[in-house]
Amino acid sequence: MAEVTKLIHKYLRHDKKFPHVWCPGCGIGIMLGALIRAIDRVGYEKDEIVLVSGIGCSGRLPVYVDFNTLHTTHGRALTFATGVKLAKPSLKVIVIMGDGDAVAIGGNHFIHSARRNIDVTSIILNNSVYGMTGGQYSPTTPYGMRSTTTVYSNIEQSFKISELAVTAGAVFVGRGTVYHAKLLDSLIEKAILKEGFSVVEVIAHCHTQYGRQNRLGTAVEMMEWQRDHAVNVEKAATMKSEELRDKIVIGVLVDKELPVYQDEYEKIRERSKAAAGR
Amino acid sequence: MVEGALRAGCRFFAGYPITPATEISEILSVKLPPADGTFIQMEDEIASLGAVIGASLAGVKSMTATSGPGFSLMQENLGFAIIAEVPCVIVNVMRGGPSTGLPTFPSQSDVMQARWGTHGDHPIIVLSASTVRECYDMTIKAFNFSEKFRTPVILLIDEVVAHMREKMVLSDEEGIEIFNRVKPTVPPEWYIPFEDTPSGIPAMANFGEGYRYHVTGLTHDIRGFPTSRPDEIGPFIARLHRKISQHFSEIQMAEFFQTEDADITIVAYGSVARSAKRAVIEAREQGLKVGLLKLVTIWPFGRSAVEKVLQISKTLVVPEMNMGQISREVKRVNRGATKVFTLNKVDGTIITPEEILNRIAEVA
Repeated sequence: MAEVTKLIHKYLRHDKKFPHVWCPGCGIGIMLGALIRAIDRVGYEKDEIVLVSGIGCSGRLPVYVDFNTLHTTHGRALTFATGVKLAKPSLKVIVIMGDGDAVAIGGNHFIHSARRNIDVTSIILNNSVYGMTGGQYSPTTPYGMRSTTTVYSNIEQSFKISELAVTAGAVFVGRGTVYHAKLLDSLIEKAILKEGFSVVEVIAHCHTQYGRQNRLGTAVEMMEWQRDHAVNVEKAATMKSEELRDKIVIGVLVDKELPVYQDEYEKIRERSKAAAGR
Repeated sequence: MVEGALRAGCRFFAGYPITPATEISEILSVKLPPADGTFIQMEDEIASLGAVIGASLAGVKSMTATSGPGFSLMQENLGFAIIAEVPCVIVNVMRGGPSTGLPTFPSQSDVMQARWGTHGDHPIIVLSASTVRECYDMTIKAFNFSEKFRTPVILLIDEVVAHMREKMVLSDEEGIEIFNRVKPTVPPEWYIPFEDTPSGIPAMANFGEGYRYHVTGLTHDIRGFPTSRPDEIGPFIARLHRKISQHFSEIQMAEFFQTEDADITIVAYGSVARSAKRAVIEAREQGLKVGLLKLVTIWPFGRSAVEKVLQISKTLVVPEMNMGQISREVKRVNRGATKVFTLNKVDGTIITPEEILNRIAEVA
């Protein structure tokens, strides 16, 4: 067994719920591998990690790994994570969401978690579709594409998740793809180490639903598309907007410092005690 | 309620402003920080209950407070707390509905929503209060029940009781029992987080204490992992019901006032029980044998208390600020032997002692 595989197996719940629910060829396994490698490099103990998810294909991820795992309601993972983090700030809270989870049903929680700067890492698997329910269009399905609920073509504009996170105030935003696995490792590691609300958007393929309905080919072909359309953030800065129209900008989009909610709240506690003592 | 929550050990509150429950948020935002607790105002009521559940899983006693529209938004996460067996307290200060309804007027119209609002077949504990002192006591009870039975507990208060000012003495109450969730004593590798125990209540490990387990809103096996096996689902759902039903008498709270010889008994709860008590006193002065059964526990329904007065009285009167939500339960328990009359008011005003006396005069 390769070293990298051994490492992953150290964190899986072998005796529990395998085989997993995901389709062969899905990119979510690459994301899970990247997450595990990042956690291992950072050196956190299993006990201090809380992995929270919502509903959908991505929502099933926590069950397979040996952390404190919490599979919440659709779109609400960040609200549960907020409670866990504020109640016990020593815990490292990582939230896994899908595109529907994060910016459709949970869009409000997403922007407000970013605005508050809750010390939580959000990893969003963006596959442009509701996969588990059978391929309906999501807020990140591009204009003009097909899904089981846009068989005559999607007439809505799509969200850009990372740009939304930047605007909402996230202190760290990175975008990667499941093709660029090494970049993903480093983005997730940086996000986990960042204090405050950090976001990693993971562009992934759903060949089973989205790919099939739009004739985009196999999983491998869809990953090749990721390879051919990804542009590093530094290079993108030198390109014209027309050139970037069908491109995915990958890399670190934002890395800045803002006061973290739990640190600010500690000051409120001190202030309230001083007021009570007067 | 705030004092009761703090006394019970509540150290986390998440809420969203809503009339007539906002005062609870305001006061806790002042009182929690110096107690090393946390207050957070979330973006909506869905988020509020989500945060409360998260905080409880991390080991901190948690609550939220809301009113009708916010309570509607909480229903999905309420179901999560039930199936994942997460202790927490939800205060619903009832106002008139449906929809935005009557934000500043009293009502008791969420009785059935509290019972059945979240989807799926589930048990629920719902308590009420009719005095300021009772708000304090029942908040503590709500936390105790939630910790003991690993379940969300709803405190249904009407706007009149919530905004009432009464004197109460908080001596350093030695008699007050505070219950904390039972934690596992076995090593982590032996821990079965959703084990079927004789009490029906498994020990609860908090996140970060070495017992790594899975919490999900999916139907799960005894180890917390999603299951679709009928032989695991059936016993699990049955246990969720059993852990409440087999502690029925412990959860039941009701007060009997002059019911021993009552020809007519009023069954009431919340602020209406106060008017009803006054009506009993005045009726007795007129020579009428009237008594009061005050329900404090709303759900599970106080069947045994109602059966007791059904044996004594020929007539029951059930005044409520709704179209007859509890009277329906009373009639169900009655089996036709006693006459049950309702007195329903849904115009945003309280039910007065006179109105109850008039109704008694009509039916006597």
